[in-house]
This record gives sequence, C-alpha cells and structure tokens, in this order.
Amino acid sequence: MEKFDKLSGIAAPMPLVNIDTDMIIPKVFLKTIKRSGLGVNLFDEMRFDREGNEIADFVLNKPAYREASVLVAGDNFGCGSSREHAPWAIADFGIRCVISTSFADIFYNNCFKNGILPIILPEDQRDALMKDAEKGANARIEVDLEAQTVTSSDGEVYAFEVDSFKKHCLMNGLDDIGLTMEKAAAIDTFEAQASADRPWV
Amino acid sequence: MSPKTLYDKIWDAHVADESADGTCLLYIDRHLVHEVTSPQAFEGLRMSGRSVRAPDKTIAVPDHNVPTTLDRANAETMTEDSRIQVEALDTNAKEFGIHYYPVSDVRQGIVHIVGPEQGWTLPGMTVVCGDSHTATHGAFGALAHGIGTSEVEHVLATQTLIQKKSKNFKVEITGKLNPGVTAKDITMHIIGETGTAGGTGYVIEYCGEAIRDLSMEGRMTVCNMAIEGGARAGLIAPDEKTFAYCKGRPNAPTGAEWDKAQAWWETLFSDGDAHWDLELTIKAEDIAPSVTWGTSPEDVLPITALVPAPESFKGGKVDAAARSIEYMGLTAGQKLTDIEIDTVFIGSCTNGRIEDLRAAAAILKGKKVKDGMRAMVVPGSGLVRAQAEEEGLADIFKDAGFEWRMAGCSMCLAMNPDQLAEGERCASTSNRNFEGRQGYKGRTHLVSPGMAAAAAITGHLTDVRELM
Repeated sequence: MEKFDKLSGIAAPMPLVNIDTDMIIPKVFLKTIKRSGLGVNLFDEMRFDREGNEIADFVLNKPAYREASVLVAGDNFGCGSSREHAPWAIADFGIRCVISTSFADIFYNNCFKNGILPIILPEDQRDALMKDAEKGANARIEVDLEAQTVTSSDGEVYAFEVDSFKKHCLMNGLDDIGLTMEKAAAIDTFEAQASADRPWV
Repeated sequence: MSPKTLYDKIWDAHVADESADGTCLLYIDRHLVHEVTSPQAFEGLRMSGRSVRAPDKTIAVPDHNVPTTLDRANAETMTEDSRIQVEALDTNAKEFGIHYYPVSDVRQGIVHIVGPEQGWTLPGMTVVCGDSHTATHGAFGALAHGIGTSEVEHVLATQTLIQKKSKNFKVEITGKLNPGVTAKDITMHIIGETGTAGGTGYVIEYCGEAIRDLSMEGRMTVCNMAIEGGARAGLIAPDEKTFAYCKGRPNAPTGAEWDKAQAWWETLFSDGDAHWDLELTIKAEDIAPSVTWGTSPEDVLPITALVPAPESFKGGKVDAAARSIEYMGLTAGQKLTDIEIDTVFIGSCTNGRIEDLRAAAAILKGKKVKDGMRAMVVPGSGLVRAQAEEEGLADIFKDAGFEWRMAGCSMCLAMNPDQLAEGERCASTSNRNFEGRQGYKGRTHLVSPGMAAAAAITGHLTDVRELM
C-alpha cells in the first residue's frame, strides 16, 4: 500500500450530502476482477453523459480541479455499499484525502486499506475548507498526517483525530494481513478454546 | 460482573487479541462470499502465497450478477464480464476448498438468504461478507456486518478482522403494529427518524414488543437495513422463534451439541441495567405503511403524505432534497399516492423470503396488474422459490401478470440483466433508492411487499390498507 505522510494539493468542493458509493463508482464498473484502472470511471454518472462526453459543470471536469488530490465533501460521504471499488477509483484518480463531517463506516475503513486518508472535522471547519476549496486551483490545502493537521490556503490550521493503529499503518504503508499473521499464535489459542466452548461453530 | 449488552457479550466471546490502544482481532465464525467483492481477495492470496485459514467456515454463492430468467443455464444470457466474475468464484471455491452453491444448485440464492436457510448463521456468531447487507444476519443475534475486499482477504487469510468496538444503540419499538404495517415499514421508519448517518459508529439492538412479535423473516428485514441507517450492524436477541427457525437446518448442530448451543444462546440478551450510548423509542402505532420519495433511504414518509418541499429541510439537505425531487421527476406538494409506477420489483435480501411472497400474494390473489405494468417476483433463493410454488403463491403471481423468476439479487442493484431503463419508475421491495441504483436514471420508491403488490394493481403508489 502507498504510504501517506504529507500532502499538498488542490481540493475539490463537493458539498452534496450523502454522496453514496453508487455515485462514486456505479455498479457497471464492479464487474472487474482487478483493483486497478477505475479512476476513469470515478463519479461516472455525474461526470459523463451517456455518450461519454464530460459534463462541464461537474467539479472534477472544471479546469481548476482536474488535478485535485483532496475532496472536501458534504456529510455522510461514502454511504451505501461495501464496494472497495469506491476507494480504488478515488485513489486511481489521484485523490488521496477526503474531508467531511462524517463517513459511512465501511467506506471509512476501506480508505485506510488503500492509502487514502479520510478526515473528520466539525461542520464549521469543514465549511471553511469548502469555501477555501471553492477558490479553485490556487487554493492548495496541506495535510500532515503525522501532526494530524489540515492547513487551508490562507494558513488556517485545523487539527483532526485519527485512530493510532490506522495512522501507523497508513504512514508506513503496512500490509495489515502480514501484521495479523504475526499474531497467529494468539489466533490459534483462541480458536482451540472457542472450538472447545462452541463446538457447533 | 458488570452488566452487558447483547453486542458486548458477542464481542467479548470473539476477541482473539487486544492491543493496548483497544484495537482487537475479532475472530470470525462465518465468512460469506459472493462473486463481486471476492476475486481481488482470492487473487491477493495467490500473489502472497497464502491459503484460506478456515475453509469450513467460508461459504460462497454467486448472486449479484446471475440472470434470473428461466433460461439462465445458458451462459450467453450473462455479459462477458459477469460470466468471468461467476467463473472466477467457481474456480476460487474449488481451488481453496470452500463450501459452494453454484448457479445450478437449487439452494443457490442471495447470500444473505442462503446463509440462514442453510443453518450457517446461528445466534452468537460473528458473520461477515463483502456486502453491506450482511447486517441481515443480526436477526439471529449474530454480530454481522459488511466488509471491503481488503478485509475479505484478511478474513480469508487469518479468520479475524482488525476492529475497534462500536458504541451501543438501543432502538425499542413498543406496542403492536397496525394492520398493513410490516417489518419493512419499521426499518424504513427508523431510518426516517435517525437519518442515514444516525447509526454511524454504533451497533443497533432492536427490541420491544413489535420486534419480538416479528417472525424471523421480518426480523431479517429489519436488520437488513441497519446499514442504511449507518450502523455497523443490527441485532435482535435470540428467542424461541430463533431456535425454532434454526433447529433442523442442514448446518445447525444436533443432539447434545444443539442442547449445549441453545443453553449458551439463552444467555444472549442485554442485561437490564446495561449501558446504552444512545436510545430511541418508537411507538409501533405511529408507524404507517411507508414509502421513499427521494434518493436516500432517509427520504421516507407515510404513504398518506405529500412530496416535501426542499425548503422544509435544513443545511446541506435542502440542496440534496431539491436534487432528489428533480431526479425523481416529482413536484413538491404532490400526493405520494398520485405517483404513477411502471415497474414493480418484489425480491432482494430485504424482502425476498417466503413471508414476503405470501404478503404480496395475499394482496394480488384474484387480481391483475395494471395494463402495461412490468412486474416481477424474484425469490431470494431456489428453496424459497420451490416453497412458494408448493404453496400456490407462484400461480397467484403468474395469474396476476407477474414474471416468476429464478433466484438472485436481480433488480435490487442492476448488475445483471434486470434493470430499469432511463426514466422508468419502480415500486421496489429492495433497500436502496440511490440515483441509478436500479439502472441509469431509473427511479426507485422503496416499499414493503404488500405495498409493491398494491402499486402493481393500481399503477400508482397505493396505501395497501385500501386493498386489504
């Protein structure tokens, strides 16, 4: 997994609330057996018309935001299905950080497995960053995972919380299956006891 | 011992390891697998030379992509990419030696219907699947939730998940439901109250007289949509109905092992003085037959209501509601019962069980669907289908003008040939009314099976109580 430590980039504003996983990556693109190459289909039905032409007023089609690496989003981003194709598409597009007031649980967890940092901020701070993002390409947002801060283009600093284990894995690009396998002895012990206690499982 | 909730008890029984910061390895008792979210996980195992740690606890069934037409044995009815996904599951199931119900097996169906039906899902278990509607299995008092593909790979390799505990949310439905009001209306009504993010960070336990009164099928419907309210999982404490449902299922314990299991299951309830981080009480009598008007499951109202005005909302929801109303082709102030429907879909992991088909058939008996209506019933599994045929329900549907299909996810998510065309409007017993969910620019109104049947007859959203 790609490491995440610091990021300086253009933030695209997406104020719509409840942006769901069907919007992020419509189901027609789930019929892949690969993880790669989904960036071209990110937000497909909002981004392209049926003929495949770009819809000019969609934020990521605007010249200022085509290179965005941060999304500032409305409440409850990523609600809906468990499809990891959503963070795969976001990362493949080049977005490495999403800022909102809340995320759906499964989507939030999926981000950390794919080198994406989801940041939860209070509404007033998210709104301030949304305004900042609306300024366009000159408004670059800085994200520092180690310091757990987001800095707006005018120098305003916002601190955010993140789970220490998730932070550690993201900063070091760790494969958590490998980490868990180091605890195989604990799993073996648990499994032996559980199958004695609950043999029907 | 300090008092515990049901969630606390199941959690505590499955912690294989706990780090100082509270990060746990949660042991997984049942891992359900389908064809869409698993190929990359199996490929990951291959690339890293890992195997499936507990193939006996891993159960696979194709459901999302499979056609539901009667001629589906002919693989040409599937698109090339769908066929590749199903074939990948066939191959992976064989190669890794996991339990498998192929399309040709009468037991095949939607993974969340097959699991309980085959007795894989039992009280007190941890159940995961790369599908958000895994919450369904919470109806058995099993801790069940959806996971992403990286986590699917993690469970395949280690039979554990890295988790931090969620908070406890008690949702109590007191009293008795009025006639015409179902489990679907309960679960939609709750989401209307909490919003789609109201459950984020929580595991919900549903309790109260109206929940106890539900059948296992109804309880599965309630828990199924816990995820639509943002919760990690929904739970209902097991009771005599749960035990009766499980007993005799192919993979349920028998004899002395059953007795031992039941003795433990009987301890699985929330202690009277357990701590709740959040509580919500709803009177059953306040719940009406419900319908969604917008493009989020929280956009729910009683069927007797009017399409709301965007200005009646606050914050970001004002714009979202305006967008939804435009997408849905509605007008603020319009009566919900004036909304004309051209498609009816009965099925899905929310409402594809035998009780759901009985409820719809009860409304349809001796009636015909409106001229021009496209109406389909898609049983949740081959066994539900067979039972419905035995009970004469299939004939009621066919006589009424419904298509009687084979089992699968079908039009709930339109990854298979069952889809809405642009602008078509569907009364659907599924779980999500997102933009494009049932097909590009398709319009979805979520309803109970009885309400779907009523709409099929009249051609517009209808209060089922008028046809009872």
